[in-house]
Amino acid sequence: MQRAFQLASLGATLVLGGYVGSVQANTEIDWWHAMGGALGDKVEQIAAGFNASQDEYVVNPVFKGNYTETMTSAIAAFRAGKAPEIVQIYEVGTATMMSAKGAIVPVHELMANANVDFDPSAYLPAVTGYYTDPEGRMLSMPFNSSTPVTYVNRDILAKAGVEEVPRTWQGLGDALEKVVDSGAAECGLTTTWPSWVMLENYSARNDIPFASQANGFEGLDARLKFNQTAVVDHIQRLKEWQQDGRFEFGGRKDEAAPKFYSGECAMMMASSASYAGVRENASFDFGVAPLPYDAEVIDTPNNTIIGGASLWVLDGASEAQEKGIAEFFEYLSSPEVQADWHQFTGYLPITEAAAELTHEQGFYAKNPGTEVAINQMTGSTPTENSKGLRLGNMVQIRDVINGALEKIFAGEVGVQAGLDQAVEKGNALLEDFQNANR
Amino acid sequence: MAYFQRSHFTPWLLLAPQLIIVSVFFFWPAWQAVKQAFYIEDAFGLSQQFAGLSNFIAVLSNPNYYSVIWTTVVFSLSVALGAMSIALFLAVLADRVIKGASTYKTFLIWPYAVAPAVAGVLWLFLFDPSLGLITALLERLGIEWNHNLEGGQALLLVILASVWKQMSYNFVFFLAGLQAIPKSLLEAAAIDGASPMRRFWTIIFPLLSPTSFFLLVMNSIYAFFETFGTIDTVTSGGPGSATTTLVYKIYQDGFVGQNLGTSAAQSVLLMVLVGGLTFIQFRFVERRVQY
Repeated sequence: MQRAFQLASLGATLVLGGYVGSVQANTEIDWWHAMGGALGDKVEQIAAGFNASQDEYVVNPVFKGNYTETMTSAIAAFRAGKAPEIVQIYEVGTATMMSAKGAIVPVHELMANANVDFDPSAYLPAVTGYYTDPEGRMLSMPFNSSTPVTYVNRDILAKAGVEEVPRTWQGLGDALEKVVDSGAAECGLTTTWPSWVMLENYSARNDIPFASQANGFEGLDARLKFNQTAVVDHIQRLKEWQQDGRFEFGGRKDEAAPKFYSGECAMMMASSASYAGVRENASFDFGVAPLPYDAEVIDTPNNTIIGGASLWVLDGASEAQEKGIAEFFEYLSSPEVQADWHQFTGYLPITEAAAELTHEQGFYAKNPGTEVAINQMTGSTPTENSKGLRLGNMVQIRDVINGALEKIFAGEVGVQAGLDQAVEKGNALLEDFQNANR
Repeated sequence: MAYFQRSHFTPWLLLAPQLIIVSVFFFWPAWQAVKQAFYIEDAFGLSQQFAGLSNFIAVLSNPNYYSVIWTTVVFSLSVALGAMSIALFLAVLADRVIKGASTYKTFLIWPYAVAPAVAGVLWLFLFDPSLGLITALLERLGIEWNHNLEGGQALLLVILASVWKQMSYNFVFFLAGLQAIPKSLLEAAAIDGASPMRRFWTIIFPLLSPTSFFLLVMNSIYAFFETFGTIDTVTSGGPGSATTTLVYKIYQDGFVGQNLGTSAAQSVLLMVLVGGLTFIQFRFVERRVQY
């Protein structure tokens, strides 16, 4: 009898102690992300910094794989009722996330509810434009945004007698001709992520629409338009360049990079976030130049649009967690954290203050070429053609476009026909998305 | 103990673990897939509309789907027949070796232990258009290799990687099958004056037919389903959907595109297709197997 009493009181103490202990424990916030390798270490550092700066909340970063895997896991977790609080979703998933009205908590709402200081105008318009609704309210927190720039092999250009990297596609054609004719390199230009660089960003840079309804910002009935715009002439130009070696098609993602690193191609268009990779792999003197604009379409270039990802808050978090998330976002947007992230990774700083701080620290002076991306993004006010893209099923639409480009550059189909096919298939996907999200 | 040996429940009890695993990991997801094929859903499952057969109609009326079926047929035939014939050839050779036999056999069996995705990456490195060793060799021979652009080359690469891996599985079975053939039969044929080729086709091959039939079924299933990892790591279904097989398209539409209804409809169709293929194999090919 006494034994049983002892056991019972021990049990009660443990249970009560555990209860008391859990009340005193920090509020945990799970953050699912797709940053692997060195980027992942930096993410852990940022979270650790936030956790150390206060003792109410603990942010747990969890690496979930690449962007597709992270998004799929988050959606599956949501359906199972076990969603994380914060998830990093790539820019092409924006439309899917936005349409999921019962699944997400818009950032502006979160910050307002938590009474945290939040000034949307402190953020770079070209970055936030992608993630705001038509009324200008921020839906997700930009985290790692990049934009395409041109990396050049200065040694090859010097050998070919090209002194300055041209700012226009027309000028670029002449320069690349010099490179190939002089034998300084086998190929002039290659590109990673061809759909992102040559269609989406080409359209934005030259202020022409990629899709109707302001690239999808104004309605689910947006449809693709790039087979009717100067994009057709641009792809035709690249096809002609392919005949004489001025351009080489490298693949859908970043398979083209080895061509640049090995010196086969004199120039490569790639994400500004590839800076670290280029620095590591290029055994030559390299430079960074802005993405060219088309002098036949526009006089002064428009801003380019971002790639990368943003942080979305999923529904189902407790009030305490939401307050914690709001404070974490505030920490994340502080100039010091943003400047450090920007300098380490090559992703853009999302606030003006962070860009200024980086300037003051002399970072741009010590690392030439790193300010090209941010100048390109802030050089003009975003128009309705350069705020970004808000198209459903964008991942598959990119696949369709890349498939068409592959056929075009393999010579299997003509430029106009290929782009027409891409628009037809892409519009079917947009219609599917519209139907599924009534 | 005797109770269990006599009880009617014992077989069920012993089968229970396997039955539970099969129901949880096969029947339940399969049922979910069949159910989901009849709905149009958004990615988050927040709105579900009953769609009847419209997912199936959408899949079957898409001209893309038929080119994917054709790619799958070409791919699967090449992988199954390629893996089996190379394995048979190697098994026949390995059977005759006496010195160092176990070394040869170990090396030939190793690729089976490699995961499909890893096998894909290995071959991707060898054939990389800029840095690959074999690419350099091919360039010396005047062949330009760029599987990121040429659909035919990409298909060849994934077939190669898949065959390489599956060949060792077939090799093990063929070797065992060969060693089960009584030597006396072959000796008798040799005495009667039959050439090695004659001996192979009239004695060895028919006696190997149970093994061959088994491997044909297993290789078909491998080519239809398990090559997903190889295709994903080597070409991601490209260029221009040249290496997109049925199973890869299911992944693309379902996981990448978050289009769950269409993806589920495709899964159901693929299940019917492979089930039908296996049925045909058992009905028509098994007749010719000599047990």
